[in-house]
Amino acid sequence: MAELICIVCPRGCLLHVDEQSGAVTGQGCARGEAYGAKELRNPTRVVTSTVAVTGAVHRRLPVKTDREVPKALIWDVMRALRGVRVAAPVRCGQVILPNVCGGEASVVATRDMAAQAVPADTAGDGQALIHYL
Amino acid sequence: MMYDVIVVGGGPAGLAAACAARRQGAARVLVAERDGELGGILNQCIHSGFGLHYFQEELTGPEYARRFIEKLRESGADVMTDTMVTAVTRDLRVSVLSPRDGVQTLSAGAVVLTMGCRERTRGAIAIPGARPAGVLTAGAAQKYINVEGYAVGRRVIILGSGDIGLIMARRLTLEGARVLACVEAQPQPGGLARNIAQCLRDYDIPLYLSHTITDIRGRRRVEGVTVSRVDAHMRPIPGGEMDFACDTVLLSVGLIPENELTQAAGIPMDERTRGAWVYEDMQTGAPGIFAAGNALHVHDFVDFVTEESTRAGEAAARYAAGERPPDGRQITVCAGDGVAYTVPQRVRPDNVPRAADVFFRVRRPLRDARIQICVAGEAAHTHRRARVAPAEMERVPVPRATLQRAAAIGELTIRVEGEEAHG
Repeated sequence: MAELICIVCPRGCLLHVDEQSGAVTGQGCARGEAYGAKELRNPTRVVTSTVAVTGAVHRRLPVKTDREVPKALIWDVMRALRGVRVAAPVRCGQVILPNVCGGEASVVATRDMAAQAVPADTAGDGQALIHYL
Repeated sequence: MMYDVIVVGGGPAGLAAACAARRQGAARVLVAERDGELGGILNQCIHSGFGLHYFQEELTGPEYARRFIEKLRESGADVMTDTMVTAVTRDLRVSVLSPRDGVQTLSAGAVVLTMGCRERTRGAIAIPGARPAGVLTAGAAQKYINVEGYAVGRRVIILGSGDIGLIMARRLTLEGARVLACVEAQPQPGGLARNIAQCLRDYDIPLYLSHTITDIRGRRRVEGVTVSRVDAHMRPIPGGEMDFACDTVLLSVGLIPENELTQAAGIPMDERTRGAWVYEDMQTGAPGIFAAGNALHVHDFVDFVTEESTRAGEAAARYAAGERPPDGRQITVCAGDGVAYTVPQRVRPDNVPRAADVFFRVRRPLRDARIQICVAGEAAHTHRRARVAPAEMERVPVPRATLQRAAAIGELTIRVEGEEAHG
């Protein structure tokens, strides 16, 4: 029996999953049951991060994978995002990186970002995460 | 300038309150926001997990905010960004300050206080040691990384296991930092179990419960910390200290409702929640001034903030339209055994259509918990929970009939009992 905490909602049910049969107990709902079975076989996660954005009031644009990706691919997705730079304006839901890492998931923007003259004190190429506080 | 409803703060609470006030018929609604854009803290909470309750789907923070920002835009409410509210008075005047319009005093038919909360800092918990750069709150780090594009450090220790700290443990790891440990003084985590699982365990970050930081070293920048085990009274136990070489300490040690405006207005406060006390419709002790969201009490889920603030916005619109709650007796909602506080703290039974939702937090984690709503020492209703914990806010409905019975004695008590739970 594998023991795991369900992550599909804030309740955080304690699941017991039979490694052989995949049978789940302890779940509070059907989504939890599906999660428990899948977590042992093929764990997946939505990846959220940011990419560099230029010509906007902020320097980073929040993004996510539009569906879950295999847990083992999380680091590949992060690497794929490293060099990405987009120009404002951006619309929420806009595809930033289609079929990331050759899979079905695409990376999409999770907010609107209007084009705006960049204030002098934050001017730069938007390539961030290099300045250490 | 005269508004029906002025909402102080354009985070999730203010957005929901303003939308609700418009829907309830308030013609002129204003949201005053000191940041350059609406959305509040949701803008930096780029992880997903928001909206499961309210929208039945999992959204990121910016996506959740956007739904309400669009709704607000369609509603026709006025928005002032880069605008700081400097005073609210009991005669419903609101002073605002902005670079564009300078100082203005606006008057309102009703005011909703939705200023949110801020983080407890190193000063608030008095960590011994040197005072180098590199000690910052988890939420500040979140803004630096997710919005402004700075990395905060390479080797990080997180003190406190609140949800923001856990989320940041994962975020920093994904950005290439090494999170050496999450250290929690309490015997149980402060954040949700799901965040322990998906933010710490997924990335093999150790969690040290019943431990705290007892020394911070470094001249200009943090160079290391000492972590010690603590006893049940949070006193460090000598022996067995662990030293970590690190350049950054993140603090996730609690949130404090932001209520300088509330206090300056002389609105009566609840010292347990550190927010105003409110009635069932979120009105404070000052007629026409309402409060909701994290300025009222710190929530775990934005979904509940939305619900609560919707109630505040509707009530504010009704007040502005001249409606007043029916005269009648009021009751005090008492936090009984095992309960730390309740919101609302007072209820006017005649102003409750069917049932009043009472939010509360328990003092200790319990298994097989029985939540009792007691009138005159007897349980009128019992709600069962497999487990309850201080980190997870609870909610029970109190039917109008029960409230009316309680009105005879003037109070009602929420208490909880169960088996002690560990870890």
